[in-house]
Amino acid sequence: MGNERTMVTTTPKLGKYFEAYETVRAEGLEREPVWLQQLREDGWARFSAKGFPSTHDEDWRFTNLAALAKTSFRRAIKGEFLVSPAQLEAYRVAGAACQLVFVNGHFAPELSDLGNLPEGLLVCSLAKAIDCGREGCAPEGIEQHLGRYADMSRDVFTALNTALWEDGAYLRIHRGVVLDQPIHLLYVSAGTGAEIATHPRTLIIAEDASQAAIIEDYVSLGSEAAFSNAVTELAAGQDAVISHFLIERENLASFNVSTLRIEQSRSANVDSHSILLGGGLVRNNVHPVLNGEGAECLINGLFVGEGRQHIDNYMLVEHARPHCNSRQFYNGILADHARGVFHGRIVVQKDAQKTDAKQTNRNLLLSDNARIDTKPQLEIYADDVKCTHGATIGQIDEAQLFYLRARGIAEADARNLLLYAFAAECLDRMKDATAREFAEKLIRERLRELVSAVQAATPAATQEEEKQNWEEVG
Amino acid sequence: MALLEIQDLHASVDGHEILKGVNLTINAGEVHSIMGPNGSGKSTLAAVLARRDAYQVTGGRILFNGKDLLEMDPEEAACEGVFLAFQYPVEIPGIGNAYFLRSAMNAVRKYRGEDELDAMDFLPLYKERMKLLEMDDKLMNRSVNEGFSGGEKKRNEILQLSMLEPKLAILDETDSGLDIDALRIVAQGVNAMRSPDRAFLVITHYQRLLDYIKPDFVHVLVDGKIERSGGPELALELEEKGYVRAEAEVQQALPA
Repeated sequence: MGNERTMVTTTPKLGKYFEAYETVRAEGLEREPVWLQQLREDGWARFSAKGFPSTHDEDWRFTNLAALAKTSFRRAIKGEFLVSPAQLEAYRVAGAACQLVFVNGHFAPELSDLGNLPEGLLVCSLAKAIDCGREGCAPEGIEQHLGRYADMSRDVFTALNTALWEDGAYLRIHRGVVLDQPIHLLYVSAGTGAEIATHPRTLIIAEDASQAAIIEDYVSLGSEAAFSNAVTELAAGQDAVISHFLIERENLASFNVSTLRIEQSRSANVDSHSILLGGGLVRNNVHPVLNGEGAECLINGLFVGEGRQHIDNYMLVEHARPHCNSRQFYNGILADHARGVFHGRIVVQKDAQKTDAKQTNRNLLLSDNARIDTKPQLEIYADDVKCTHGATIGQIDEAQLFYLRARGIAEADARNLLLYAFAAECLDRMKDATAREFAEKLIRERLRELVSAVQAATPAATQEEEKQNWEEVG
Repeated sequence: MALLEIQDLHASVDGHEILKGVNLTINAGEVHSIMGPNGSGKSTLAAVLARRDAYQVTGGRILFNGKDLLEMDPEEAACEGVFLAFQYPVEIPGIGNAYFLRSAMNAVRKYRGEDELDAMDFLPLYKERMKLLEMDDKLMNRSVNEGFSGGEKKRNEILQLSMLEPKLAILDETDSGLDIDALRIVAQGVNAMRSPDRAFLVITHYQRLLDYIKPDFVHVLVDGKIERSGGPELALELEEKGYVRAEAEVQQALPA
C-alpha cells in the first residue's frame, strides 16, 4: 500500500491545516458539544496519520494531488473578505425557495435570502443549529446524523473536513412535507490575494415521505486558487423523494473535492445530479448506500473540461438491502489537454438480492490531447442480481455532423448542436423543473465558451482560409 | 443556363476510383432518374453533389447555377439549394426534430438574407406538411430520426425537402425498404414539390418508384460512367431486361 509513502511526502506540508485545526478546536472547546469535539479529533487523527493520498492509492490512481498538497492553503477568517449582494446577483437561481450563502465556508446571513419558507422546513447554518442545541432550544437529531455516514476511515478528505469544518447548511424537511421549489446553497470562494481552504459541511435530513430538491453550488468570485473540501450527508427517510444537485463552477485555478454521502431508507428515492463545469482539479465523490428495501437511486452527471482541467468522478454505489435499484449515467466532454476520470464502483452486499444496478459512462474527446480514464468495478457478494456497466469514448460523429451541414447548418453551429445534445442528455433525467432550467442555462453558457475556445485553438491558417471562402461566397 | 452541369466527374473513396467521368446536365423543372446496379457509383454521385468530404473529387467540374459546386462546403451547397434525401438518414439523439428543421430553415434563410422564422411562423407550416405526409404528430418533438421506422425516416426526409424548398433535390434510393403505401405517400410528397424552377435527381435501383414519380430523363450508371440515357421508356426497358445485360458488360470489362 502506498499510505506510508504518502505520509512521508505530505506530512511536512500539513502545517497550515494543523494551524487551522488548532484554531477550530480551541473555539470548539468553548462552545461545541463533546461528541462534536470527539469527531473533530478523530478526523484530525486520521488525516494527519495518512496525509493526502498519492497515485499509488488505487482510488486515486488517475489523479495526482501534488499541486494541492504543495499549496499552503490557509483558513479563512470570518468576514475578512467583503462580498456585496451585487456581486452575487449573477449567482441566484430564479425560482428557488431560498438561498443560503456561505463565503469562504462561513454563513453570510446578510447575503442570504430565506424567503418565505414553507411550514415543516428548517434551513439554517449548521454551526448555528448546533450552537442552539447547546442552549437547549434546538433542532434535535444532529448528533444522530452528523458524521455517521461519511466515512472518515476510507477517505482522508472526509476526515479533513470533519476536523476543520466551521459551517455549512443544515436542512431538515419534516415528515410528509413536499417542497415545490428548490433550496439553493451557494458556497462562495472569495479570497483576494489569498489561498484559502474551506471545508463546508452540509447535513440534509429528509424525514419519511418528504420531498425536496437541493442545489449545492460552488462558485468563486476572483481568480485566486482556492481549495473547497466539501462533505454533504443526506439521510433520506422512508419513501422520501430527494433530488440533490451539485454545481461546480469555480475558477480554473481552484481545487474542489466534494463528497456526497447518501443514506437511503426503505423505498427512499434519491437523485444525485452533478454538473461539473469549472474548477482546475475536481474530485467528485458520490456514495449512496441503499440501506432499505426498495430504495432507488439515480446518479446523473455531466463533466466538461478544457485547458488543463482535471475532473475525477468517483462513484461508489452500495447495495445493502434487497430489491434496490440504482442507475448511473455520466457524460464527459473533454477538450484541449483536459483529463477526466470516471470510477464507477458498485458493491452488492450479501443480503442485497434482486439488486438491479446499471452504469453508463459516455465520453466525447474534442482533442487528441484530451484524456479519459474510465473504470467500472463491480463487487458482488449476492447471487441473484442484475448489474450492467458500459463506457464509450469517441469524437463528434461525422455522419451526424454531415447530416446537419447538408441541411444548411454551418459546421461550427452543427458541432455546437451535437455537443449540446450530448451534454443535454443529463437534463432529461432531472425532475425538478427549476433546477433543470438552471442547469440548462449553465450548460449552454459553458458549451458556448468551450466551442469558441476550441475554434480559437484550431490552426490560424485553416481558419483564415475558411473565413475567406465564406466571404467570397457571401 | 443549366441548373446543374456535371462535366467529366471523377471521384474516389479511400483511393479507390468510383466515378470515372460522369457527364450530366439538368435544367430547372426537369426530373432525371439515375438507375444502375449496386456499386455503380449512384450514391457516390449523390454524396459528391452534397459535398461530403469523405469523397475526393479527382477530376472534372460541377457547376450549380453557374457557381462552382466543388468549392462549396456542404452547408453552402445546401444554402445554395442542393438537397440530398439520404438513403440512410442518421439518428441524432438529443436534437428535436422540429428544432432541427427550424434551425436548418433559418440557416438557409439567413444565407439568403431573409428574416428568420420564429416558432409561430414555423409550426403551422410544419404541422400541415407532416399531415400531408401522414406523419404522426408525436414525431415532431422526438429526436431527429431516433427510433423512427424505416418509412418514417424516409418521410422525414421528404418533409425536410418540402420545408427547405431546394432548387435541386437528390433522392438517394428513397424508395428502398418502403412498402407500397409508404412509397405512394413519399411519391405524393415529391410530386407536390415539382415546379418549373426545381429539378429532381431520383436515384433508384428499381423502376417501381418511377411509376409514381414520372421522370423526364433516365440515365443508366454503370461502373462509374453514364452508359445510356433516354426517356422514361428506358426505365421500362431496364425493368424488363433487368441490369443483367449491363452487369454482364461490366463483368466482361473487368480483367479475368
